Amino acid sequence: MIAHSVFFYVFSLIAIISAVMVTVSKNTVHSVFFLILDFISISCLFIMIGAEFLGMIMLIVYVGAVAVLFLFVVMMLNVAEQKGQWFSSRWDGGTHIPIGLLVSLIIFFELIIVIGGWKYKPDLLNSLSIDISTEVTNTRSIGNVLYTDYIHLFQISGMILLVAMIGAIVLTYRERAGVKRQSYVKQISRERDEGVDLVEAERNKGVKIDA
Amino acid sequence: MDSYFSILFTEVYKILFLLVPVLVSVAMIVWLDRRVWAFVQKRRGPNVVGPFGLFQSLADALKYIFKEIIIPASSNKLVFVLAPVVTMTLALISWAVIPFGEGFVLADINVGILYLFAVSSLGVYGIIMGGWASNSKYPFLGAIRSAAQMVSYEVSIGVIIINVLLCVGSLNLSDIVMAQQNLWFVIPLFPMFVIFFISALAETNRPPFDLPEAEAELVAGYQTEYSGMMYAMFWLGEYANILLMCAMGSVLFLGGWLSPIDIFPLNAIPGPFWLIFKILFLFILFALVKATVPRYRYDQLMKLGWKIFLPFSLFYVVLTSSFLLYFDLLPGK
Repeated sequence: MIAHSVFFYVFSLIAIISAVMVTVSKNTVHSVFFLILDFISISCLFIMIGAEFLGMIMLIVYVGAVAVLFLFVVMMLNVAEQKGQWFSSRWDGGTHIPIGLLVSLIIFFELIIVIGGWKYKPDLLNSLSIDISTEVTNTRSIGNVLYTDYIHLFQISGMILLVAMIGAIVLTYRERAGVKRQSYVKQISRERDEGVDLVEAERNKGVKIDA
Repeated sequence: MDSYFSILFTEVYKILFLLVPVLVSVAMIVWLDRRVWAFVQKRRGPNVVGPFGLFQSLADALKYIFKEIIIPASSNKLVFVLAPVVTMTLALISWAVIPFGEGFVLADINVGILYLFAVSSLGVYGIIMGGWASNSKYPFLGAIRSAAQMVSYEVSIGVIIINVLLCVGSLNLSDIVMAQQNLWFVIPLFPMFVIFFISALAETNRPPFDLPEAEAELVAGYQTEYSGMMYAMFWLGEYANILLMCAMGSVLFLGGWLSPIDIFPLNAIPGPFWLIFKILFLFILFALVKATVPRYRYDQLMKLGWKIFLPFSLFYVVLTSSFLLYFDLLPGK
């Protein structure tokens, strides 16, 4: 058990420190790297409590896909321009501070509720309608619950994601004029007769190509 | 306290027993790659150092060790140094779950295949970090290309894995191998095997999908600014990843450590040897592809990944699951 708790404290310490570093570090790319470290240590914590499926999905989805997109966006931004904006002369009057305060206030109250709920944890666990058996692997038990009791919620969330995806494509899609597209069928089915065109070129006039 | 140390020692011993052969075989596989490549093109390849040139990779490694490591002045030094370390570490830790025989595996975890998938999806960070920290145009372009490419092809690999999992009913790699005792999955899922092979080429940035390091356009892609041992580490990590993809292909489709047919002279050969034969077979295919196929154009690469492989493998998921359901073959009931 000692080793278990040592590992727990190591991972949670890394998680907390890197979460702080996400907000503190001045270089935005470093922030994203710390965010990735945070995700990884949290998925390690998931694995330590036996939720190996959740831990792995956390790694695959957040670290493998979402954080890569974050990193893309942040790298594309002009980082040098943003460096030390809080302290720079181009102070924007602090218009973002009220919203930031509101969000952090909400998060603070949510944390209080979560920590307050800790007291009633045994009652909450007993009131669960799903019986958690340690015999089957947790991948199987998640599947059993997700595809039976919560199938409608599962499908609705899938539909929402689909709509969001199509919406994002529609919003960013722009038809550009003059784009030459490659058509494999056209290329392959081209014959010699249509590919080569013999033209009598007139003197001092030339031939108009691509007409 | 004493028991902790004994556990620690046995584990360290086991890890060394796994990693040292992997590292040695990575060095050997580089030689094999160059040799196969040369034979296809009617050249001789590396044949000077040692018998058949076998020690060429070791000589190269020695050379890299003694070369100076140059860190560009304008680079982000910490990230620059970390990038090859990340690549190499990720390439090596995934070997922990590969089963070499029945019960002959370092970590027999329940979600083995997800672990492999997760670690291979982390592999992109080594490249992005290297490309960004170099603070130079070619590495950055190479890194962005490779990140987009690896993320795209991971999607189709994920769907292909779902196909296999439908037939197995477990995420454990040993269970996946044991489920192939009667029939290797390469037979019923042959189209998926082909797509997995091509996606693995793209995932490991091998030709014809080696756009991240396309020397004609990007010098050497994300590796441009690296030198000496740090370059060698990128290179080792890359080849360890290629070997890992071959191992994954043999576990998922070619029956892992199982012999082709369960009759005497074949099943007398120990399991690990069969797995190594299969890995070598897939690797030689990788090398042959490198020697024969020209490089893809970037838009064609993306089109292949998103518009052909992804819909086709999704369709195959539907096909496999309906087949299993109709003939009442679904596992794990």
